[in-house]
Amino acid sequence: MQLVLEKRTERSNTIALVSPLVAIGLTIVTMTILFAVLGKNPLLALHAYFIAPLTDSYSLQEIAVKATPLVMIAIGLALCYIANAWNIGAEGQFLIGAVAGSWIAVKTQGTDAGVWVLPAMLVLAAAAGALYALIPAICRVRFGASEILTSLMLVYVADLFLDYLVRGPWRDPNGFNFPTTAEFDSVATVPLLIEGGRLHLGSIIALLVVAAAAILLGRTIKGFEIRVVGAAPRAARFGGFNANQLIILTFAVSGALAGLAGIIEVAGPVGHLQPGISPGYGFTAIIVAFLGRLNPLGIFIAGLFLALTFIGGEQAQIAMKIPLDVTKVFQGILLFYVLACDSFILYRFKLVFPNRQVARGTG
Amino acid sequence: MPAYQRMLDPTPNGLHSGESPLLSTVGLTKRYGDFLANDSINIDIWPKEIHALLGENGAGKSTLVKAIYGLIQPSAGEILWRGTPIVLSGPSEARSRGIGMVFQHFSLFDNLTVAENVALGLDGKESFRDMSARLEQVSKTYGLPLDPRREVWQLSVGERQRIEIVRALMQDPKFLILDEPTAVLTPQEADQLFLVLERLKAEGRAILYISHKLEEVKRLCDTATILRGGRKIQTCNPRLETAASLARMMVGGEIREVKSAASRQTTIPRLVVNDLSLTPEEAHGVRLQHISFELKGGEILGIAGVAGNGQDELFAALSGERLSKDPGTVVIEGIAAGHLSITKRRKLGAAFVPEERLGHGTAPRMKLSENALLTGHAASGMVSHGFIDTAATLETVDRATETFDVRKAKRDPEAASLSGGNLQKFIVGREILRNPAVLVVSQPTWGVDAGAAAVIRQALLDLATAGAAVLVTSQDLDELVEIADRIAVMFHGRLSEPLATRDATREKLGLLMGGSSLEPKEAAHAVGA
Ligand SMILES: Nc1ncnc2c1ncn2[C@@H]1O[C@H](COP(=O)(O)OP(=O)(O)OP(=O)(O)O)[C@@H](O)[C@H]1O
Ligand SMILES: [Mg+2]
Repeated sequence: MQLVLEKRTERSNTIALVSPLVAIGLTIVTMTILFAVLGKNPLLALHAYFIAPLTDSYSLQEIAVKATPLVMIAIGLALCYIANAWNIGAEGQFLIGAVAGSWIAVKTQGTDAGVWVLPAMLVLAAAAGALYALIPAICRVRFGASEILTSLMLVYVADLFLDYLVRGPWRDPNGFNFPTTAEFDSVATVPLLIEGGRLHLGSIIALLVVAAAAILLGRTIKGFEIRVVGAAPRAARFGGFNANQLIILTFAVSGALAGLAGIIEVAGPVGHLQPGISPGYGFTAIIVAFLGRLNPLGIFIAGLFLALTFIGGEQAQIAMKIPLDVTKVFQGILLFYVLACDSFILYRFKLVFPNRQVARGTG
Repeated sequence: MPAYQRMLDPTPNGLHSGESPLLSTVGLTKRYGDFLANDSINIDIWPKEIHALLGENGAGKSTLVKAIYGLIQPSAGEILWRGTPIVLSGPSEARSRGIGMVFQHFSLFDNLTVAENVALGLDGKESFRDMSARLEQVSKTYGLPLDPRREVWQLSVGERQRIEIVRALMQDPKFLILDEPTAVLTPQEADQLFLVLERLKAEGRAILYISHKLEEVKRLCDTATILRGGRKIQTCNPRLETAASLARMMVGGEIREVKSAASRQTTIPRLVVNDLSLTPEEAHGVRLQHISFELKGGEILGIAGVAGNGQDELFAALSGERLSKDPGTVVIEGIAAGHLSITKRRKLGAAFVPEERLGHGTAPRMKLSENALLTGHAASGMVSHGFIDTAATLETVDRATETFDVRKAKRDPEAASLSGGNLQKFIVGREILRNPAVLVVSQPTWGVDAGAAAVIRQALLDLATAGAAVLVTSQDLDELVEIADRIAVMFHGRLSEPLATRDATREKLGLLMGGSSLEPKEAAHAVGA
């Protein structure tokens, strides 16, 4: 008996759906071992990670709040990845969006500026995120520079820039020297959906983004263009689609979404600009995009799942003193398994028996 | 004794010389979903035999040889090697047993040398130096000259195929499979190949040979097995058949003759090229030099020439995949279009069929309906306000399927799952159904069976009769002579003056294809220069 890897003749849709679930299963198995090695009770740890956050309303809202930036960023990234453009720097675009939007909030602080402030902040943040994403895109198209490297390195530039602002020119004079701006005025704050709760308008915006992306990819010629350019570049060129323009476009859109997510985070749950506004949303969103199969609905679900790991990680730290970094380990392992399981969309295992006939494939 | 009882296919000399066949399949079946690509096929291959495998596009020929070579696993049935059942887990196991295969589509790396390419395809553990020595020796023994140090991009199509053949021969196969090896060869190159095959046969090896060229099969092959719709129809001696009778067995009926409408009127110039020169975009491309021609409505212009003399570059310049700075170099329907994108040229009424079906003419992993949209979005009412009209794209698929008899397993499969010839029919159909004013097509019947080739050529003729201008690039001189009104030859990026087809003898075309000029004085001049 022999196990062989055979190329599938058509992409398997069933496997495309099952593969993320398998990846999650394998990740949980691996984590169980890891918890055991750390000397923690795996069952309790898993409970703290995956069950406890689902049992009270506060945590549930918190999951939605965390999922909001993840989903928004991941949708933009998915558009890039489908078109074969590799934006790794969403974290930087997120921060720049936050900074640009905050600029209006800081400048109008204490004035009687009206309700235009928040919309202006959102627009400016999106524009800034898009522009920031255009730097690697243009370097790629003009000079052939790897957008993977340039977009990644610009994350650190954005990070340090934000740091400089809140320690220098924008620091709250009454803030006891903490590196932070003053608390934003109410016209510069994203409204809550439930009074006294955590859920805010940003979650609705994220839902709209998901719907828009689903329509774009499934029904429009632009979405088709994005898919062909990624899947068969030469055929795309024959179809009259310009891959370079598309790199520019998808980077701009994903930068805008990341920037928007950034200002919503700052003007929403955080309430002021400070370092550490992101626990790595821009990077985790890469995992969300792949776990969600680069599919808008999938990304929505994956975003909720990864938000759960953030909240679960916090609970596990409080309840069981499991280091918060374990959450990152978890996310990394998950990405690894997702990519590994993806092979089965294009390939399948077959059992081959040396004498008689062939067993049916596993897929 | 093998545990089956059935009639064996005849040996080349009509006798079973007491031994068992080298390779047999027993009830070999391959199912894709509900679709039977191979339906209980029994075939025997004897040593010292060149065995042809014939059938229409989609008959299941490639599927059968892929199963024999271990590339796909059969759904039922078995393969006997010298009388014992074997199961092949993959091509390397097939190779280690002595089964070799030369694919129709080469798998070579352009920027590597011949020797490096061969080394990548071998499973052996010998050193690179030993391997290179053996490569030279094998290529010398079989009269397949190859310089192991040349890089592949410098080689002609025929030379590239030689690499694949030598690579297969270096494994010392007892049984060699060739899938449409002559589809891309010039007649001279094909003749050379036949000498090698005869020699391999004389050495006691067996050869399974897939081809759509029936005359060639009659000349070369001892046995022919005919498949139709996944089933074996018959095994016969092709020398006792005519091309027509073989074709009848393949199709199960008569093949249509291609008829040109007697009265074809030429109208206004629809495609004009004025002194087009272009430096190649790619490092190994050909420079186009001062190409000019005029093509009127109702006319078919053929472009002959050995592959790699600038045909691809010309196609790109005409289609708009390559833009030219000077708008006037390409004029479509009276509009200077040299600077216009392919989409704008399509809107002017042009349509294009490239040579490479998978990855250029279609996105392999996308559905046929999406591939209809690929070229139809420009001007076929498949898109309104940016939204795709899926029904319209599916309708194009259905119409192409019906008009050109595209055989496929379901209504809207992925392009890559179609057999080569059927995909070609779909692509040609997709473009012709748009009723273009100008059609530029490369290798329209490459790998297409005789019946379908006739359908495609007829469609090109009908299109011209209806008033379109058609430009056909083909390696197949017979095809050009059959349909073109005039034939020009491409050599080193230059295009000769077109000859009227009735004056275009093989000798004249051959001279032009070799780079000589037709006028003796000028020829002497060219040599001197
Ligand atoms: N992976 C696949 N999935 C579904 N159907 C397939 C697949 N591969 C082949 N087929 C179908 O099986 C049939 C036989 O295909 P095959 O490639 O063997 O034809 P062929 O005889 O080699 O034709 P051609 O002369 O055009 O190369 C075709 O109708 C094709 O659509
Ligand atoms: Mg085939």
